[in-house]
Amino acid sequence: MTVIDCRGRPCPAPILELARHIGDVDINAVISVEADDPAAGPDIRAWCRMRAHTFLEASQADDGTPRFTVRRLH
Amino acid sequence: MLLEAATESVAESVAARADEISFAPSGALAAHAAVLGTIRGNARGVRPRFTHSAVEHSSILHAGEFAAVESVSVGVDRFARVDADAFVSAARGAAAAALQAGNHEVGTRQPVARVAEALGDVPLIVDVSQAIGHEAPPEGWSVLTADARVWGAGPGAGVLAVRTGTRWSPPFPADDRGRLPGAPDLPAIVAAAASLRAARASAAQDALRMRRQIDRIRAAVALIDDVDVLGDPVDRFPHIATFSCLYVDGEAVLTALDREGFAVSSGSSCTSSTLEPSHVLVAMGALTSGNVRVSVHPGTTDADVEKFLAVLPGVVADVRAELGASGL
Repeated sequence: MTVIDCRGRPCPAPILELARHIGDVDINAVISVEADDPAAGPDIRAWCRMRAHTFLEASQADDGTPRFTVRRLH
Repeated sequence: MLLEAATESVAESVAARADEISFAPSGALAAHAAVLGTIRGNARGVRPRFTHSAVEHSSILHAGEFAAVESVSVGVDRFARVDADAFVSAARGAAAAALQAGNHEVGTRQPVARVAEALGDVPLIVDVSQAIGHEAPPEGWSVLTADARVWGAGPGAGVLAVRTGTRWSPPFPADDRGRLPGAPDLPAIVAAAASLRAARASAAQDALRMRRQIDRIRAAVALIDDVDVLGDPVDRFPHIATFSCLYVDGEAVLTALDREGFAVSSGSSCTSSTLEPSHVLVAMGALTSGNVRVSVHPGTTDADVEKFLAVLPGVVADVRAELGASGL
């Protein structure tokens, strides 16, 4: 699974990196962003709405960093 | 005499009796006293409940946390508005409930009158800070709070109004003077009352012009690529426009607009000075980065608005280019 590491990087880096790398995965495949910025969760959800992808889930990486998983729809 | 006149004047603006009005040294302290005193006056059982919208001003939320009650936060829709029925059922049996007249970040009005009507015995605290300079506050409040700075007065005055018959116990040691301890700051109160009277005297005309300016800003900003214009398009205060720009650092936009002579605010947390994004933007599911809040006031001209709209697209494009986000 493709995982983008945005630890230590403030907004809007997590959604910028997600936008840069969403094309790396096939349509209907998933991609995750690991980010500790408190804006990452709300912003990735808002990005999915604005860009018409699916926000799948918020979970945690092994080190406890929040991980946000998205399905590429187009 | 001066204090009496100021009290009468403010009371009239919020449809209260003079003896229902107290002045606090700040809007924050008025809000704290509203929440703590209402909970104290109505608490039953070990952990009384305090129900509030998810988008209240932080001074209301912090007072609830401080009171160590069971806080129930009622979520909002994408415009930042609570559902009146959902709010009422969450507030049933609570010691106190708090619902702002409208939101301080996106301007959306809340269904205060509908909630108040259905709430029964639960006292409703209404923060009217954003409304009071522009329009008559909504009816139905048990306890009202306002920050005079928001209607354009200097610092040093907040309003606390407690409706006759509402149980409110002072959250401070007893003081003979009234609900709040200490002597009031008379010059600040007189100035605040005078500026409120002036604002309300021309409010109907001013609000029409400001609403037209805000509608113009909302329509023009919506044409910029990847910008979300926030808040209810119609049922809103006349003076605030808020939007979030994708792939933009809110702080960078603020700095660039400041260089052009425009002072705006942001609910973003793109800098180290603000660690958390705005709880209002999070609650409404809005993009928190690249957030910009524009306020107009009675002195704002249409030419000011047009100049702002002329520079904004370039500012947003420059910030996106610096972040390497162009074309994403």
